[in-house]
Amino acid sequence: MEPKKIRGSFLERNLHIIFPMPAVIFVVVMMFFPVLYTFFLSFTNWNLTSGMPLSIVMLRSYQRILREPRFLAALGRTFSFTALAVSVETILGMIIALILNREFKGKGLTKLIMLLPLVSTPVAIGIAWNLFYDPTIGLANFVLTRLGLPKQAWTGSSSTVIPSLALVDIWQWTPMIALILLSGLASLSNEPYESARVDGATEWQIFWRITLPMVTPTLLTALILRSIDALKTFDIIYAMTGGGPGYSSETLNIMAFKYSFEYFRMGQASVILVFLFLLVLIMSLLIVRMRKSLEL
Amino acid sequence: MKSKFMLVILVVLALFSVSAQQKEIRVLLANHPYGDLLKAAIPEYEKATGVKVNVESLQESQLTTKLTTEFATRSSTVDVFMTRPLQEGKMFYKNGWYEPLTGYDFSDYPKNALDVATFGNKAYIVPLVTEWEVLYYRIDLFKKAGLSVPTNFTELEMAAKRLNSSDMAGFASRGKGAAAVTQLSSYVYNYGGTYLDKGKAAFDSKEAIDAIRFYGKMLANYGPSGVTNMSWENIMPLFQAGKVAMWTDASVFYGQIVDPTKSQVPAENVGIANFPAGPKGNTPFIVVSWGMAIAKQSKNKALAMDFIKWATSQGLAKRGMLANITMARNSAWKDAEVRSKINTGLIATQEYAAKYGIPYDRPYMSAVGEARDLIGEVIIESINTAGTSTKLEALAKDKVDAVNGLLEDTGEYGVY
Repeated sequence: MEPKKIRGSFLERNLHIIFPMPAVIFVVVMMFFPVLYTFFLSFTNWNLTSGMPLSIVMLRSYQRILREPRFLAALGRTFSFTALAVSVETILGMIIALILNREFKGKGLTKLIMLLPLVSTPVAIGIAWNLFYDPTIGLANFVLTRLGLPKQAWTGSSSTVIPSLALVDIWQWTPMIALILLSGLASLSNEPYESARVDGATEWQIFWRITLPMVTPTLLTALILRSIDALKTFDIIYAMTGGGPGYSSETLNIMAFKYSFEYFRMGQASVILVFLFLLVLIMSLLIVRMRKSLEL
Repeated sequence: MKSKFMLVILVVLALFSVSAQQKEIRVLLANHPYGDLLKAAIPEYEKATGVKVNVESLQESQLTTKLTTEFATRSSTVDVFMTRPLQEGKMFYKNGWYEPLTGYDFSDYPKNALDVATFGNKAYIVPLVTEWEVLYYRIDLFKKAGLSVPTNFTELEMAAKRLNSSDMAGFASRGKGAAAVTQLSSYVYNYGGTYLDKGKAAFDSKEAIDAIRFYGKMLANYGPSGVTNMSWENIMPLFQAGKVAMWTDASVFYGQIVDPTKSQVPAENVGIANFPAGPKGNTPFIVVSWGMAIAKQSKNKALAMDFIKWATSQGLAKRGMLANITMARNSAWKDAEVRSKINTGLIATQEYAAKYGIPYDRPYMSAVGEARDLIGEVIIESINTAGTSTKLEALAKDKVDAVNGLLEDTGEYGVY
């Protein structure tokens, strides 16, 4: 059967193209196209409530969004939420990783329990934490009053809502940082520690001068992953406050969602998403560059 | 050869299946008690007609989003869907997504229910469910305190003050900005104000501001803590846990707060009364919260019409009523069996609201989602300052301008 042989060799000659094809098609259709289309929409005034067809307005939507105080507030909030959550997660994650790096009984079980928040569904987490936070019948205030502390409004007040949401993020994601750092710590060689101890270094000096510098590349990886994730946090905030009270927990992602699916201003929503995209991009590039300069 | 033969067989089979294909329609329902009732009843319809009904159920805001994206991208295969006339009606009509319902008999529906279902001189939506604002209260607490049920705002405030304690909110109502707009509307009406007047935003009038101040004062002084982040889904559990003495909200929640599997408060302690009167009388909202419509781009309009006639029929409306769903059809409320089984408070408040009520609970406009957020800002400012904010007038004026801007953007300014 001559034809079959030819077909077979065609496949063989082009395997390097055929095999990655599904992945390439997936990336193009599901990632490149939506991003490019969002960029395109950001130059239009597409608005479903007006009943008008879409028209290109170039930078008008950008001007309108940049003049919107609500946008600037959401931008600042996106940063403050990320900074608060990620910094606490990093410090706590480091402490937990250092503890788990020692040998003790029940270490495997502890690691397993720590994984649980990571595998929970965010919306379910949001609903459960909302019950904790309920100022009247919630567990959080019950515990506070038992300890003789004043009740808090938690997500019910504009002054406490961001820390309350960050706490949920910290609860969920600290274990991930801890586990990443733990893998970094486990791969460190023992020799520098032994010689430092021989030279009489204190535990603190050992941590500060040896452990931290050696684990920094891993730490930066964890930071990149967490910061990108925290910048675009949506599920927990949407499930818990929907951006409220008022707009006081509205981050860029929540604002973009409201602009698109509640106000149906698709053009302006795209502008917000373009900014979020650039923000995440710049952050990632900065951290990658920092990591490279540290490795050199 | 063999593969060619297989191909021929496949093509023949495909052609055959197309010609013998069963009639099908696609129906989108809301996660609402009536949507659930319909879903359970649809097998009866399929059996009687031989039409296959493909049902999808979605949470209300997701339903709007799904319909909007499907219709806007012209990729929809939806034939019939549940719709919220006041929330999305104008926008869907303007985009041409509703099919006019010629040949449907609307004689069994109240006039104010048809107002929001009609655009121009054509009806596009069959009203399904109505709701109106009521006062839920704890009969046992009122008895213990020797109080009678408040019939006006002064009595409402006095009762709230008496019943309020560290363990009990004397009064509750939605405080979460946009979500509060609908329940605030009856307060605004009873003070003599309105959200939109002749197609222009009017909630900066003295009457409306007085209402917003009163609402803020009541919730700040006697409301549950954290109320500015609370909609009905947060207040209902508090009422069910016995932590709220009075609650003004829509009538739809009655079934859930007397359900012994959900509430710690025995049903005999839960009262339902007319919304209290204000300085300018008593005209609470009564709205068509849900309706049903046929999609303009449907390719099965005859089937869709047949389905919608069944889904909104008198028989199903009666079944809805017996399941504590407050239906829009007049006949459903006159049915003797229904009247003997349903709560008398519910019947009495419905009769009052149907007679005197106002058929809008929010600014009736295309950009209603954004307008609600803007009004919500004024509500939150009022609650945060217990109604005393000196900035409230200026803030309301600011938001009125913003809402007027939205009306202008959508060509609805001054149109009514």
